[in-house]
Amino acid sequence: MSATAPTNADLAVSGPGLGDPSPSAGGPGRRLSVNLRQSGIYVAFALIVLLFSVLTDGALLQPQNISNIIVQNSYILILAIGMILIIIAGHIDLSAGSVVAVTGAVAAVLMVEHDVPWPLALLITLVVGGLIGAWQGFWIAYFGIPAFIVTLAGMLLFRALTLTVLGNQGIGPFPDPVRTLANGFTEGYLGNIGLGPLGGADLFSLLVGIAAVVGFAAVQWRGRMARLGYHQTVEPLPLFVLKIVVAAVVVMTVIVQLARFKNLPWVLVLLAALILAYSLVTSRAVFGRQIYAVGGNLQAATLSGVKVKSVIFWIFVNMGVLAALAGVIFAGRLNQAGPTAGGSFELDAIAAAFIGGAAVQGGVGKVVGAITGGLIMGVINNGMSLIGAPSEQVMLVKGVVLLAAVAFDVWTKRRAGASR
Amino acid sequence: MTDDILRMHDITKTFPGVRALQEVNLSVGRGEIHAICGENGAGKSTLMKVLSGVYPHGSYSGEISFDGEACEFSDIRDSERRGIVIIHQELALCPQLSIAENIFLGNERAARGLIDWNRTNHEAAELLARVGLRENPVTTVSDIGVGKQQLVEIAKALSKRVRLLILDEPTAALNDRDSEHLLDLLRGLRDQGITCVIISHKLNEIAAIADRISILRDGRMIETLDMRTDEVTEDRIISGMVGRDLDHRFPPREPRIGTEILRIEDWTVHSPTQHGRVVVSNANLTLRRGEIVGLAGLMGAGRTELAMSVFGRAYGTNITGRLVKDGTEISVRSVRDAIRHGIAYATEDRKRYGLNLIEDIKRNISAAGLGKLARRGWVDDNREYQVADEFRTSMNIKAPSVLSTTGKLSGGNQQKVVLSKWIFTNPDVLILDEPTRGIDVGAKYEIYSIINRLADEGKAVLVISSELPELLGLCDRIYTLSAGRVTAEVAREDATQEGLMRYMTKGQTDTTNGRSTGSGRSDTTNEQE
Repeated sequence: MSATAPTNADLAVSGPGLGDPSPSAGGPGRRLSVNLRQSGIYVAFALIVLLFSVLTDGALLQPQNISNIIVQNSYILILAIGMILIIIAGHIDLSAGSVVAVTGAVAAVLMVEHDVPWPLALLITLVVGGLIGAWQGFWIAYFGIPAFIVTLAGMLLFRALTLTVLGNQGIGPFPDPVRTLANGFTEGYLGNIGLGPLGGADLFSLLVGIAAVVGFAAVQWRGRMARLGYHQTVEPLPLFVLKIVVAAVVVMTVIVQLARFKNLPWVLVLLAALILAYSLVTSRAVFGRQIYAVGGNLQAATLSGVKVKSVIFWIFVNMGVLAALAGVIFAGRLNQAGPTAGGSFELDAIAAAFIGGAAVQGGVGKVVGAITGGLIMGVINNGMSLIGAPSEQVMLVKGVVLLAAVAFDVWTKRRAGASR
Repeated sequence: MTDDILRMHDITKTFPGVRALQEVNLSVGRGEIHAICGENGAGKSTLMKVLSGVYPHGSYSGEISFDGEACEFSDIRDSERRGIVIIHQELALCPQLSIAENIFLGNERAARGLIDWNRTNHEAAELLARVGLRENPVTTVSDIGVGKQQLVEIAKALSKRVRLLILDEPTAALNDRDSEHLLDLLRGLRDQGITCVIISHKLNEIAAIADRISILRDGRMIETLDMRTDEVTEDRIISGMVGRDLDHRFPPREPRIGTEILRIEDWTVHSPTQHGRVVVSNANLTLRRGEIVGLAGLMGAGRTELAMSVFGRAYGTNITGRLVKDGTEISVRSVRDAIRHGIAYATEDRKRYGLNLIEDIKRNISAAGLGKLARRGWVDDNREYQVADEFRTSMNIKAPSVLSTTGKLSGGNQQKVVLSKWIFTNPDVLILDEPTRGIDVGAKYEIYSIINRLADEGKAVLVISSELPELLGLCDRIYTLSAGRVTAEVAREDATQEGLMRYMTKGQTDTTNGRSTGSGRSDTTNEQE
């Protein structure tokens, strides 16, 4: 009953991108306000995109620029996926940037200095990331040291390890497949197709986009039918259709622009797979539920038979693996593993999670929300650099946005509390 | 006695869904030691919190006058300025600070913004002498025992020029010698003109020290006894506390008691926070199918500790004893083991330990039995919704849908969610810790009906409750627990409130030797944090 108790809406932040398992309930007035809260982050994202489109005379949405935004932010978004799980469980990871650096260095040493075949080297790097996560997870979950301290120590430890491995220089260049994963695009497997005034576009990319949209709509429709079959309340049909149409338009706009440029970036394919998988895990898997339970009320979770320690351990292992993936991609993008790689990445990932609606106390947050939060910052970075704003202004704006997002969240929760 | 220093008139305080105090009148004479008695949850602490401004003026109705002047305290500092100081059961000292620093915390001896340490320590030494504590004022509080810490609290109160000192269970955590000293000190303070209000469960102490006794029951002031003129025995106090009439109504039930299902043998539990302290000592209990068994005991008797230690060792260290279920010994080393063996425990503090308040009803109900809704690690959402919705109907959970946030429900409905969660795990034995705490009369009746239904289904139910009428109205058999020991096993036919209360207070003073904390709950809390 506390004033800070969040409402149902936090838990059911419904994204245009992915399925939301829980339908809204309540009368029409309540539904409207709930929807506003659920969609606040997406509305904000749309407004920011709109603002920078105007300020940059449309340069923001040019094909090449869209591609740039995705590729430049991919590693932050991958970290944000791991980070949101940790934040939902009520913890934090300050070491992500250093882990990115050390895993990038490990990958470089394996691939460049020892000529290990790249798939094996990638696998080994991911395992190393997992071990790093296990190391931190052990101290946090089983030894009981706050994650803040353990990962602060990790931030230093793994940076030191990076410097030890690399000396004081970068290692490169990486094999072509790794660079392609980080920086490259799908081939034009099916050739180009004319889109009238928009010019030629890659047919394969367009088909992938159409398949994604159709698949999304079908899954949503099936979910709706199943819920109706169980006599559950579902959102009204027009709203349901509107949601799918908006999602389809957004996805297809991005895809068309990418298809006009150089086809689909491989990291986008990877990201899409990760987002889909982790959204499913958080919303449908027992493990995902346990993360929310641990973050929402640790004692209640313990007394409900959740293996709290093991849940916390594994989300840090997961974070380590994702950080290793981000490390390889970042190194591949720069084509060398450098000693200063990943500096302050963890802060961007944390900011993405909180802008995306995670709660400081834990128990609340969504993968899609964190991704949107990361994209908001990515668009701000990109848009401001397009209009030639100096970096101090970029920082200023990002700081204000982070504070405003969390303040909005706290404010709406308090209002929800007061209205009872 | 007409010279009253304090008059509280028609005090009513309500919490959402519960009326904690109802038109309570209390007058305390100048320079007397006034005891307030009542069962757990009778409203004693609430009344004192109203008096000291913890619940500010406006959050309750009624009037308070202190020394002839009307009082409208908006916080504790307000009441302290008038000389009303409350010492809570859980001591409010900063363990890492020195005695002197604690005494003058928030009231620092300073000149021009800088603390005058000589004056601080000197004045602290004087105050320590007044309370008879021979310690150096610069000693760190964590280095002295609980009994001495209690004296530091009193010295702190004296530094605020206290005129009315309120002590909430001051001796609960003390051993006999320290208690004795404290009571002597209170008599000394009375002679210096300081009025004392003391809340205590230890009736022998109250009988020894109090000038007058006010008795609260179910948020109402029952009576005030004058120890100096009336012939007041402990039994007289007990009958006031428990009341004569069973004013709750209980749904009718025909007990069909079957074979033994769970036997707890020689169960001993040690405190996880205080080395060597025995919280539950050699307890033996049996539960049978279709039986509702009560566990009675005062706060700190070890009821919750017993229950939680049985429930997969969720409390305690160094646990010894045997659990025998259906005739075979079982090993229950974790909560998961307990759930697997068909044992369920619904906590007394549902908000802290029972529910994820930011989640919806559906996910709370499925929390302990999620495995039943999952295949290969994936939860069937629709099935979960269906199960939750069935519980919403069968348990009469009043909410627009199972997607409502549990934090917004009333206490009674939250409790039904907790019960649903455990019933969904399909247990054979349910341990319900204070199942009706903080919920209104109507919802209580529904909870009783649910408990009866569970017993009729052949499950064994162990009900822990501070409300004796509840145990008498509900249970087939009642165990009493006092200071960690099972002191009696009483059949329903033979049980009376007076009798139970006598067993519950049996050996209270002669077994709480050594350093012990009073409240079982605060102990549990420490363990969990």
